Amino acid sequence: MDTIMNPFSSSTRLRDMIRAIRACKTAAEERAVVRKECASIRASINENDHYYRHRNLAKLMFIQMLGYPTHFGQMECLKLIASSGFPEKRIGYLGLMLLLDERQEVLMLVTNSLKQDLNHTNQYIVGLALCALGNICSAEMARDLAPEVERLLQFRDPNIRKKAALCSIRIIKKVPDLAENFINAAAALLKEKHHGVLITGVQLCTDLCRVSSEALGFFRKKCMDALVKTLKDVVNSPYTPEYDIAGIADPFLHIRLLKLLRVLGQGDADASDAMNDILAQVATKADTNRNAGNAILYECVETIMSIEDNGGLRVLAINILGRFLSNRDNNIRYVALNMLMKAISVDTQAVHRHRATILECVKDSDASIRKRSLELIYLLVNETNVKPLTKELIDYLEVSDLEFKGDLTAKICSMVEKFSPDKIWYIDQMLKVLSEAGNFVKVEVCHALIVIISNAADLHGYTVRALYKAFQASDEQESLTRVAVWCVGEYGDMLVNNAGMLDIEDPVTVTESDAVDLVETAIKRHTSDATTKAMALVALLKLSSRFPSCSERIKEIVVQHKGSFLLELQQRSLEFNSIIEKHTNIRSALVERMPVLDEATFSGRRAGSVSTAVSASPGPSTGASLKVPNGVSKPAAAPLVDLLDLSSDDNPVPSSSGSDFLQDLLGVDLSPAATQSGTQPSKSGTEVLLDLLSIGSPVQQSSSPVADIFSSNIATKAPASPLHGLTSLATQPVLAASPPAASTKAASPIIDLLDGLAPVPSIPEKNGPAYPSVVAFESSSLRITFDFSKPPGNPQSTVIQATFTNLSSNNYTDFIFQAAVPKFLQLHLDPASGNTLPAGANSNLTQTLRVTNSQHGKKSLVMRIRISYKASGKDVLEEGQISHFPRDL
Amino acid sequence: MTIRFVLMVNKQGQTRLAQYYEYLTLEERRALEGEIVRKCLARTEQQCSFVEHRNYKVVYRRYASLFFLVGVDNDENELAILEFIHLLVETMDRHFGNVCELDIMFHLEKAHFMLEEMVMNGCIVETSKSNILTPIQLMEKSS
Repeated sequence: MDTIMNPFSSSTRLRDMIRAIRACKTAAEERAVVRKECASIRASINENDHYYRHRNLAKLMFIQMLGYPTHFGQMECLKLIASSGFPEKRIGYLGLMLLLDERQEVLMLVTNSLKQDLNHTNQYIVGLALCALGNICSAEMARDLAPEVERLLQFRDPNIRKKAALCSIRIIKKVPDLAENFINAAAALLKEKHHGVLITGVQLCTDLCRVSSEALGFFRKKCMDALVKTLKDVVNSPYTPEYDIAGIADPFLHIRLLKLLRVLGQGDADASDAMNDILAQVATKADTNRNAGNAILYECVETIMSIEDNGGLRVLAINILGRFLSNRDNNIRYVALNMLMKAISVDTQAVHRHRATILECVKDSDASIRKRSLELIYLLVNETNVKPLTKELIDYLEVSDLEFKGDLTAKICSMVEKFSPDKIWYIDQMLKVLSEAGNFVKVEVCHALIVIISNAADLHGYTVRALYKAFQASDEQESLTRVAVWCVGEYGDMLVNNAGMLDIEDPVTVTESDAVDLVETAIKRHTSDATTKAMALVALLKLSSRFPSCSERIKEIVVQHKGSFLLELQQRSLEFNSIIEKHTNIRSALVERMPVLDEATFSGRRAGSVSTAVSASPGPSTGASLKVPNGVSKPAAAPLVDLLDLSSDDNPVPSSSGSDFLQDLLGVDLSPAATQSGTQPSKSGTEVLLDLLSIGSPVQQSSSPVADIFSSNIATKAPASPLHGLTSLATQPVLAASPPAASTKAASPIIDLLDGLAPVPSIPEKNGPAYPSVVAFESSSLRITFDFSKPPGNPQSTVIQATFTNLSSNNYTDFIFQAAVPKFLQLHLDPASGNTLPAGANSNLTQTLRVTNSQHGKKSLVMRIRISYKASGKDVLEEGQISHFPRDL
Repeated sequence: MTIRFVLMVNKQGQTRLAQYYEYLTLEERRALEGEIVRKCLARTEQQCSFVEHRNYKVVYRRYASLFFLVGVDNDENELAILEFIHLLVETMDRHFGNVCELDIMFHLEKAHFMLEEMVMNGCIVETSKSNILTPIQLMEKSS
């Protein structure tokens, strides 16, 4: 045998290469062999060695199949195609289809060779060219070569006609404009006897119908009878050995014909009528003992379900599906489920009849069947059947495979959320899911559950007891732990005193220390993540107030985290420890139960962010939106930022609820706390703490009992350097600056941050026709008075004249006044009249502020201010919040 | 309604033949083959022959040590594809005589020629074994 002439005779070198590759023990060895081969192929290409060209290409195909780049061989394909011998062309075309694709520019070079070969006298070469064109042609090539392909549709040899038909499909998909040229030729193919031509012709017609409505109309009008007759012939054809598959004559042709009938019948009653008889015949005649027969039946059912309604046929189809569904063969059951998915839009009732069987399929050992049936069940759920279906699925959750639990859990949660008839049922089901597969439950689902629990006031006691029991039974589920910890923190008292007992409950005896045990378990478990631990800390703080007898023990647990490497945990631990230890007077107010979370707001604002509007003077305005991250990812500077941050709740309603923190933690919306704020008057100091905890409720009055917490907290991060605090503040974009003044105050800026907050006395408004002047801020060393005026014709704007008075005996230098406002306000600061403020009540500095209130008439002005100056060479910083502006500004 | 790829993979997960009817980069191909093969190899005999992966439905069938995997789109008739795989194997059997993995490896181009006669651009062209094999036999005779 001559290897020169024959590239397909086992060229020893190709065999050698394959052997060498197979002998490789590691991927590295294989790479080395392939590299060597590629190098020699490249060398051979460079020498333009046509002697080995075909063999090189065969090797390249093998190398490419292994997943190595072979682009350097592309030109070789073109050279082989251009050569005259059939074997070279053969392998050249194969290489073309394997190594190239329509996106490569090299492909343009092959158009001419293709054209020549399409007109070749050797029909096998024509067939090669058609096949290549059908596999890889681009839109441009399609335009160039469409006439040749059209001509070949009438070629004398059927083997060419069938390839031309499939090539036409590629062409009309690439260039739909060309579709009309093919309609008549395609219709002619439907009358052929050769199965290859028929099957490709039918596919061409199907694709023509998809791209061109003209074709669809044409085939409906002209070809229905012919198609029905063809199908009848195929169904009733005697044994044809060539196309026989397991005793069934050409199932592939059957299926393509049924597909085309489906396209023609969809949305056309006449066409549907014309095919009714033959469909019934196919459906009854198919041999269901063989896979090929079932394939035909399956296709037939799909066609029946898609075409225009014929009651009798539909019943037949649904019955066939029922038979499929109870078949022992998993393949058949799979396609039945697949089909029922499509049938559900046509006939929901019929699908419902098979619900029990489908439910069984969810529990199948086969992942593909489970997935299909779960999706189907999910579509079948409605208000009436949600209870039994959920029960079944949850029961199954207990025994299902690990990899299936994720899907199953998601679907159950979604079903329960969508169709739950009442809250107690919702909570019950969710608790079951959490106990079984808490690790698969998504965070949002947990949040939604907490919102629901918080809204169901009469179920608080029931829920917390149920969670307690569930946690005792299975404490390895992260989401269950989180919800349980949250609920115990909120409703721990109800757990112990069995408050709000429902009839269906068994009473449980839980001591206060048991409840603390639960939270301790959660915080100490090594698998708990930072969020869970942080939530546990908050719960502990809450319990310390609910169960004073356990306070000492809780303190010990909290203290253990003061050395945590996680800043968030460390900070919480320190702050909470301080609250438990030193501030029992404010503790109960601080940790009272969370206000009810608003369900609508929750869903609407899952991704809400907090931002503030800012303006600066005299420099350029730096209106920056500042997103305060929720929860554990809060950066170290956040408490400082929050001192200036008025937060997103524009409503300056005093809030005494410390649980906002938790909301924050849960990433839940901030605003309900403000709108449904606490019922008790706020205690002094609480507000400062709230601020520390990054809650946005405005400070109105405060004393400094918490100064030590604050300083300890800050001091850990900002060591003694007096400037440090200032600079870290000044880098925040929430500041508006103005020229400085002088002072003699000699305190550390950290303490001053608090001092500034401390005395914000409310001065009663003087009644007057215009807006009364207000003492906006007064400390032992400084007083700021605001005078208001409104520019005519613009009720939203207010001009504020600020007057600064030095109450000390020292001169202030480098005096800077800064102010920040919430988003609904716009603030512009003019330059101050100077930057030194001499001692004595007679000399003043003034500065003009212009405020625009976008919520004029609805909301009052509110502002935070900060004043920095030097007194006796020391930096002094004072801060305050002004919320006692006259109304209607 | 088209076939999007045909793969032949042995039990060790090595690809023995790969034909794609849509464009994928080499990296995508390798990743896809790896993922699908892992999924299919993990399944037992009793489980059904269909696996959903990304936006493909993979119909597979095992013959001795060789897996035949055909990726199709969603509205393809899965049962028919199973028949098609069997037809492909029978055709190769007729040509090679009890085809095995090595036949396909060492005669990769012939296996491709057969596939080419059966599937073009993702559609089935010919299902008659003798029609499929005639051009290949002619070629062998001429050389």
